[in-house]
Amino acid sequence: MTVERIVSETKDPFPVGMRVLAVDDDPTCLLLLETLLRRCQYHVTTTSQAITALKMLRENKNMFDLVISDVHMPDMDGFKLLELVGLEMDLPVIMLSANGDTKLVMKGITHGACDYLLKPVRIEELKNIWQHVVRRKKFDRKDRNNSDSKDKPHADSGEAAGIGKADNNVKINKKRKDQNEDEDEDLDENGHDNDDPSAQKKPRVVWSVELHRKFVAAVNQLGIEKAVPKKILELMNVEKLTRENVASHLQKFRLYLKRISCVANQQANMAAAVGTADSSYLRMGSLNGLGNFHAFAGTDQLHNAAFRSFPPSGVLGRLNTPAGLGIRGLPSPGTIQLGHAQNSGHSSNDQSKLQSLVPGNHNTNILQGMPMSLELDQLQNNKGVTHIGELPTANSTAVFPVSGSLIDSRIAGFSNNSLGVTSNSLMLEGSSQQATLHASNLRDGVSSIGFQNVNTLSDFASIDPLSSQLRDSKADLQGQAAPINCNAGPMIRSVPQEWNAPYQSHLMSCSVNSSIPVNGAMVQLDQCLDRNNSIFHRTMDSDSIGPLNFVDPLSIEHSEGLNSAAMKPPVIEKEGYLMYQPRPHGNHIPDNIGSLEDLASAMMKQDRDKGNPTNGNFGHNSYSHRTCI
Amino acid sequence: MDLVQLQRQLVEYRTSLYHEGFLDAQFTQLQELQDENNPDFVVEVVSLFFEDSERLLNELTTALEQQSVDFKRVDAHVHQLKGSSSSIGAQRVQKVCIAFRNYCEEKNVEGCLKCLQQVKHEYSLVKTKLESMFQLEQQILSAGGSIPM
Repeated sequence: MTVERIVSETKDPFPVGMRVLAVDDDPTCLLLLETLLRRCQYHVTTTSQAITALKMLRENKNMFDLVISDVHMPDMDGFKLLELVGLEMDLPVIMLSANGDTKLVMKGITHGACDYLLKPVRIEELKNIWQHVVRRKKFDRKDRNNSDSKDKPHADSGEAAGIGKADNNVKINKKRKDQNEDEDEDLDENGHDNDDPSAQKKPRVVWSVELHRKFVAAVNQLGIEKAVPKKILELMNVEKLTRENVASHLQKFRLYLKRISCVANQQANMAAAVGTADSSYLRMGSLNGLGNFHAFAGTDQLHNAAFRSFPPSGVLGRLNTPAGLGIRGLPSPGTIQLGHAQNSGHSSNDQSKLQSLVPGNHNTNILQGMPMSLELDQLQNNKGVTHIGELPTANSTAVFPVSGSLIDSRIAGFSNNSLGVTSNSLMLEGSSQQATLHASNLRDGVSSIGFQNVNTLSDFASIDPLSSQLRDSKADLQGQAAPINCNAGPMIRSVPQEWNAPYQSHLMSCSVNSSIPVNGAMVQLDQCLDRNNSIFHRTMDSDSIGPLNFVDPLSIEHSEGLNSAAMKPPVIEKEGYLMYQPRPHGNHIPDNIGSLEDLASAMMKQDRDKGNPTNGNFGHNSYSHRTCI
Repeated sequence: MDLVQLQRQLVEYRTSLYHEGFLDAQFTQLQELQDENNPDFVVEVVSLFFEDSERLLNELTTALEQQSVDFKRVDAHVHQLKGSSSSIGAQRVQKVCIAFRNYCEEKNVEGCLKCLQQVKHEYSLVKTKLESMFQLEQQILSAGGSIPM
């Protein structure tokens, strides 16, 4: 690549002075690495703990240019760290290991590593690592520039997230971090390089939350099976976005969904416990192994963190928080999740919210809702969707506090990287208060911020408000908390069964008011996103959810994963939103809320039918969450 | 012994270590990293290696003494030992670790125990040799000389 002097910002003699963070639990290797890096004239900070590394990175994103990390570490898996860093901070990460197995290397690459070095590491190799930083900067810059030229990204999305689009200003050189900012993201949506044709390879398209939301919506609309880049592009109607951009994003989304669904399966069990929102939620985290994440979460960081707009580096690249997700109802922009979701206006408990997310009826694509929540605004910046993955989807539990108080659980919209909606990961944290959809969504814990910000979160966000509402309404929902995660995909889908019969996809429990709300809407974002799930119950529309606009995630369903996310954010229209509440109609929901269990089982069945691995768990509680948002 | 003799002795000793496979090219790299700004680098790194390895060997012993051996754990430790020994160039130790890992994968307790013995042996050998080498270096330095590369 052309070695370009990074003239921007400072005249520093890059790569001299490049700030590297080295993480390795082996002191011998760490010291060696540090010395080698110093010899290359980099500025080195070392730590033997991944957790500490993350903490340092989170405190100040601008402190480092590059991260080098060992794969095998006792406190956290190197790949997880990799994903988190990529999502949250969008920094280049280099993996290091004594084991050079092709499979491991592949794993590193798929999780987003810029490079994979073998121990013992040699100085020659370290001399070139700065190229990764340059590469990123360049593209970021380009994107930013582009954004300026473009209009603000779909301002329409307007939803909450309020991602500041505004300022695209070329933050530029701020790069990375800025990218995470919603604002920037928005701008970059189209990332093409209009401006700067020269030499640069195609600039990276920044998939802001808004953009992602649209993407998911489009996918859901088309149906995951039928979603082809060309059509998606048309539906999205975004300037300067090419078919290629969409195609590669679609590919990542699919991978993400796949991943989530695997995780989901594990999590499926979670559901029940969800009850106590946060706590369970947190618990969930540990279940999965996300443990790490939970650790974050525990402190509430999780939610926040999760939602922190991580750009799903892993799979999808950056997810900008979908400010616009459209979740209208969603409580505060995007932040639905993290509990903050406040009231999206839905009356129902958070759960409802969540659910509403799913039912998407509301037109706003489910995604809208979600990203909103994802936006984590609650968390703070709605930056990209939080990791939904992170959500402690702990297998069992957390998933939506099904019991009625779904909302309680924050719907941590963590969406797995991949797409936010990853099936379990979506922790919609809608209103923090309530529904913590955790569990299920979280499942993947992985940071995959669920839908790439957008969708999941928003949905969740909406869910929250709803969930609260739902909570009330549903009494039964409890169990539902569901395993939204479960099997991620299926969950969401399952839900739909209830409601809508039409839903095929999981649609998360959205439909079921009861069920879904239960977990606070755990909307399984995952599910929603889940391919299988397409749950977004979008289809819910009307039925059962009556007022809730169910996003028919399911309709989306099947969309492999993509749809799920697309589930229209449960438009949290105030009540209509997901809250599938107690839809007494029972149709979809097996007699509505009361029978959350029914719902859950219905969902489960769906899943089963679907063949999702989601185990039984899913159905029950998880579904509630599912509301794929 | 005079300085020149000491220096010669050091060089010979070091060369023999390479020949016998105790050390490999990685160790040379370590030496190259040592400079005026970092005069004790090699000793530092090697000391860290000793400390860490001893800890790992103890853990391994404990792990393999269990009724039901947790091979994942054993493997993790061996993996780490392999990584650190390769980082300083302790070639023979590294080689035994490779065989050790294979036994772990096969969940072969006997094989693992045998490897553990071997690795302990190789480790103590390389430790003794390096320590002797450092001593020689120290003597040279105290005699006012410099360490020949």
